[in-house]
Amino acid sequence: MIEFTIILLIKTLVVFGVSMLIVAYSTWIERKVLGLVQLRHGPMRVGWHGLLQPLADGVKGFMKEEVIPDNADKPVFVIAPIISIGAALSLLVIIPFGDTVTIMGREITLYLTDLDIGILYVLAISTIGSYGCMLGGWSSGNKYGMIGALRAGAQMISYELPMALAVISVVMVCGTLSLVGIVQSQAGLWNIVKQPLAFFLFIICGLAEINRTPFDMPEAEAELACGFNVEYSSMKFALFFMAEYCHMFIFGSLVTTLFLGGWHGPLLPGPVWFFIKTFAVIFFCVWERSTFPRYRYDQVMELGWKILIPAGLLNIVLTGLWMVIFNI
Amino acid sequence: MEKKDYVMKVSGRRPEKGNYLVPLFKGLAYTLKNYFGKPITIQYPTERRKIADRWRGLHRLKVDDQGKLKCVACGLCAKICPPQAITIVPYEEEGGTRYPKEFIIDEIRCIFCGFCQQACPKDAIELTKVYDYVDYHREDFKFDIEKLKTPEKFIFTGK
Repeated sequence: MIEFTIILLIKTLVVFGVSMLIVAYSTWIERKVLGLVQLRHGPMRVGWHGLLQPLADGVKGFMKEEVIPDNADKPVFVIAPIISIGAALSLLVIIPFGDTVTIMGREITLYLTDLDIGILYVLAISTIGSYGCMLGGWSSGNKYGMIGALRAGAQMISYELPMALAVISVVMVCGTLSLVGIVQSQAGLWNIVKQPLAFFLFIICGLAEINRTPFDMPEAEAELACGFNVEYSSMKFALFFMAEYCHMFIFGSLVTTLFLGGWHGPLLPGPVWFFIKTFAVIFFCVWERSTFPRYRYDQVMELGWKILIPAGLLNIVLTGLWMVIFNI
Repeated sequence: MEKKDYVMKVSGRRPEKGNYLVPLFKGLAYTLKNYFGKPITIQYPTERRKIADRWRGLHRLKVDDQGKLKCVACGLCAKICPPQAITIVPYEEEGGTRYPKEFIIDEIRCIFCGFCQQACPKDAIELTKVYDYVDYHREDFKFDIEKLKTPEKFIFTGK
């Protein structure tokens, strides 16, 4: 029992540390890729090619003055970033980084837990994360914040549905809700081949869910100044920021898990393949940000309800037919 | 009755709804090409844009072999200077040697036209390629003889 606890503790620390490192460095990736796409250099001064930039940003975040507006709802204002980062971090629990390995005669699984309802847990907790945005924007007593919060709420609700529909067809193919089981069922053929439409839907809805550009309605810089986090400063802002990039990492690992075969891959060990695929998805997130203009708000709603949800339902029907005809 | 179309057509080239998928992928290809391209910005203090040989930057008062100023304080440069940025106080020794006691160029007033260089009969003043002098006060931009002798030390290195 003690041995189990110690192993679990070490695993938790490693997962937390590695994830925080990835979160910090995805800001570096973002700035670097955006810079290169715009024919600039991006960060170059702090460390080799700006590699220490995330540390400098972190120190800056701690040093900044903390401002709580007078007409803010203080308890909610304080608790909102905590909800946001808490939900993001609790999603890290079920991500399968790799298969079981044997170290010093003990079998160690390279994931924290394997919930039977893993993907359901993801959908549930990521919705709680949007409460962070909504409460934060609502409580800050600012009109931009409030409109950002309204948009965050509407967008999250609209895009949860097609995302869940895309996930359902994956679950139908794999026959399990557990993320580890889904990865194991992809040993031969990745789900992206079996479910191309679901993959497409999941990417679009995921981008909307993590508030990235084409769908960054809640924090549209040009329209809403900064959206729901406009009144936040110092470490509270940094928490929102970390939650956003943590969601990006989780989105990358979910796409990897559900569609790109998780840790499966030739030659290299499992976790290496997992991180290669995850970083490819993160790169895609930044790449499309540098390319696509933002959707108008009504167009976002229209795309969600009139195109993505019917497409998701159609995909489920097609998957069902396919499974009946080929008797899988 | 004949049906007339009263709706003015604003633009015939506007793509219909749902017809924007191909442009999206074109955009992705374009940004990816830029990503692998070479940045056009330069890392300024360490890396510098190439400037022309005839560049007119900060002034230098030349010295001869003995380390004395070539200038004889004739005042031609001060006379020809369009914004009147040059102030010269001459000094004459008993033997007849004449040199400037004070030679002040106000680098804020100066328009870097290079007339002083052309007017000088003794080839005593020239414009160097140094262009990045920074300071905090207006008085610091009034260069005296000491500063005018070595403009190279004002090249900004980022340190």
